[in-house]
Amino acid sequence: MSVSFRGGIHPRYAKELSNDAAIERLPPPDEAIVHLSQHIGAPAVAVVKKKQEVKKGEVLGEAAGFVSVPVHAPISGKVTNIGLYPHPFGSLQEAVVIESDGKDEWTDLPKEVKPDSLDREEIKDRIRDAGIVGLGGAAFPTHVKLSPPPAKNIDTVLLNAAECEPYLTADDRLMQEEPDRVVSGFIALKKVLGAKDAVIAIEENKPEAIAAMEKAVAKAKGKAVRVVHMHVKYPQGGEKQLIDAVLGREVPTGGLPMDCGVVVQNVATCAAVDDAVRFAKPLISRVTTVTGEGVNGPVNVVGRVGTPVQTFIDAAGGFRGTPGRVILGGPMMGGAIHNTDIPVIKSTGGILVLTPEQVPSGEFDSCIRCGRCVRACPIHLCPNDMGNYSEVEMWEELEGLDVNDCIECGCCSYSCPANRPLVQFFRYAKLWIRQQQALAKAAESKDER
Amino acid sequence: MAADEKEPRKGAEPTEGADKKAPKDDAKSADKTESAAETTTKAATETATKAATETATEAATETAVEAAVEAAEQSPPPMLSVASSPHVRSNESTAKIMWTVFACLLPASVWSVYIFGMQAAIVLATCTGSAVVFEALVQYFTKDRTMVQDGSAALTGLLLGLTMPPGVSVTICLIGAFVAVVVAKAIFGGLGHNPFNPALTARVFLLIAFPGAMTKWPITLQAFAEKPVSLYGQATTWYSSFATNKTLSLPVTKTDSVMEALAGKVDVITGATPLAVAKEHWQRGTGEVLHYTDYFVGSMPGSLGEVSVLLLLLGAAVLLLKGYITWHIPVSFILGVVVMAGMTHLASPTRYMDPIFHLVTGGIIIGAFFMATDYVTSPTYPLGMVIFGFGCGLLTMVIRLWAGFPEGVSFAILIMNAVTPIIERYTRPKKYGLKPWAEPEASK
Repeated sequence: MSVSFRGGIHPRYAKELSNDAAIERLPPPDEAIVHLSQHIGAPAVAVVKKKQEVKKGEVLGEAAGFVSVPVHAPISGKVTNIGLYPHPFGSLQEAVVIESDGKDEWTDLPKEVKPDSLDREEIKDRIRDAGIVGLGGAAFPTHVKLSPPPAKNIDTVLLNAAECEPYLTADDRLMQEEPDRVVSGFIALKKVLGAKDAVIAIEENKPEAIAAMEKAVAKAKGKAVRVVHMHVKYPQGGEKQLIDAVLGREVPTGGLPMDCGVVVQNVATCAAVDDAVRFAKPLISRVTTVTGEGVNGPVNVVGRVGTPVQTFIDAAGGFRGTPGRVILGGPMMGGAIHNTDIPVIKSTGGILVLTPEQVPSGEFDSCIRCGRCVRACPIHLCPNDMGNYSEVEMWEELEGLDVNDCIECGCCSYSCPANRPLVQFFRYAKLWIRQQQALAKAAESKDER
Repeated sequence: MAADEKEPRKGAEPTEGADKKAPKDDAKSADKTESAAETTTKAATETATKAATETATEAATETAVEAAVEAAEQSPPPMLSVASSPHVRSNESTAKIMWTVFACLLPASVWSVYIFGMQAAIVLATCTGSAVVFEALVQYFTKDRTMVQDGSAALTGLLLGLTMPPGVSVTICLIGAFVAVVVAKAIFGGLGHNPFNPALTARVFLLIAFPGAMTKWPITLQAFAEKPVSLYGQATTWYSSFATNKTLSLPVTKTDSVMEALAGKVDVITGATPLAVAKEHWQRGTGEVLHYTDYFVGSMPGSLGEVSVLLLLLGAAVLLLKGYITWHIPVSFILGVVVMAGMTHLASPTRYMDPIFHLVTGGIIIGAFFMATDYVTSPTYPLGMVIFGFGCGLLTMVIRLWAGFPEGVSFAILIMNAVTPIIERYTRPKKYGLKPWAEPEASK
């Protein structure tokens, strides 16, 4: 039996391009550009200086506040520059550049410990110090998710193993090849949260991963972890849809999963947590799928943070023909980049290259009110009306139609026969509303003075 | 309104920041953001000249920029386009939907030509063709992006043709197409902005403007002579029952002409539609014998598109299977008709016809599956669709039973079109995130 949610779409998944490719290791790059802002929250503050020698795993930037994590050196070598570099999210951000000394030496790490021997606070400290963030794409600091306010009662921890984005197979491969690591990390998270129930939710199109995880769960008996099969539908791995499908709960509007007693974690995050808990290893590499019809040989590789995107594309046999679009993440929610010299960050789980023919033209027509977007919206909004209001810039009306609840999953834009850029409209509307709120707040404080 | 006009304004353009990095990089990054090679060079040159004129500094900077532009021209870096996600789209398009609906109406159209002969073909071709021509003209004068090929005008034309009586004059067809495409659609802003179903607006206009021509329902000789026993049988049944039972009103105006027609003396005879006959009966309070199967396969007088319920249902089934229409509107429409007809029939079986009669006669099927489901003029939320459909069904029956017209589908749908915005406003789906979660007691 499989579970699901209302709404959503069935895009072409194209996972067969890379789901048979075993995970390979990319050699360390000659030069790593390590962004200090690898997560949601305050960017880390650089603690190294130019020309300083660093070893792999050494702290480059300290966490700046609670909602922030440290950033570590992915290779050993010399710091050549600290300055502004293009960030995968679009803007220029501060980054530390390290030139490799070719030795790839680890800094001193403590001895391996058994996760059971650590208490909850110790595990949490290790997770924070290792710079672990949600590796599903949002890059929210994991230790913050693990520190719910005392009033919140977390009874369930969910492992989001849906990997519902088309093309991506990194989580699938990781579960197939290292299920014990994933389950061990997940159990550590369960312990930190003190949750009674722990659920691993996997989409049914990954039978090998399901089998491997069920085996690993059976081995870790007595830990009360169960595996749930989910219907194959996008965005099944959206946090809100996942919670609805598995537990039948809804995250309250404007709230977080912890407001309905749930914490959701990603597969790659759990694997990283296991490294951090056992070996105190910082997060400096991760599995990334390099795929798409625009590369010659799609692969799943473990790459260091700070490696340029071009290196990953070369590992996948280079571009096939002229690339049309290079996307960090999946085709539904990933961000397009204009330049393949941009370095990857912790949350880069996929690099997708589309051919020029696959890139949508960008031309769009009037809404014909066919209602496909209404049926596709997993939040049950009305993207058709919201799109029409956006086009004539009636932002207040959009706010009334709950545009701020939009999770930007892209189902509406995907299903629109008139090719309307609905998600783009809504992003713009949200920005406008935020700006207006900021202005209103500023005016208010001025009045008070 | 093309996207390239909009995107720079609305898009979250990740390259904007990069552009400001250094004048040297300007040309390079500008290059990579544009997808077309020509605009690339143009944009790069423009940026370069702009930068040069604005700063108006040393020639060194200028030459550096020029060099960068030159280098970019000689060995262009891979050109990557950027845009807001999602980066993939379904293979649906407005044109695909419109042409599919068009194709689903073709079996019924071909059947109407078989039944009514060339005159039906002329009506359908005139309506469809002239609607396309009017749409093209509108776009020529408004300088809109040409969208004739999206099929919406052709579909409107065909739907209009199917609501016409066979043998209506070409002039009336042309006027109808003009009203549908220009008055009912273009004036409101084109596809997607019209509040009323264009084909039905035109039909109702014609019905009021040319009441005589729009209610003349011929029965062709071919229909009697070539087709099928059931038709011949029906004609003779009508005739013989008239002969024996004087209370039965006939679907044909002149009973003798049926026999003349059968004998090859005249080409065309006209008859009243079953609904008109029935209406006469209600007014006189008499009963009658009717053959549902004939209505179902289409061997009866009526509009071109009313004649074959079977072929219309076939087309509708394809639309439902492809997901181009949902069950909500047709089912609730039919339900509305059945409820109303059922209640009146039960109250007075001799005065009011039963629901099956109402379903297989007139325009209920084409109305419920092809007209009321028009995307632009019907609600988009499930609950709204059900209300809309049910309202159409009820109003159709009210008009059929008690108003001045024998048929009410067109009027009912247009009236419901008018209230669609209100229905929409009050039937928005409940959004995710409102379901309360009760913390389990034990864990507290």
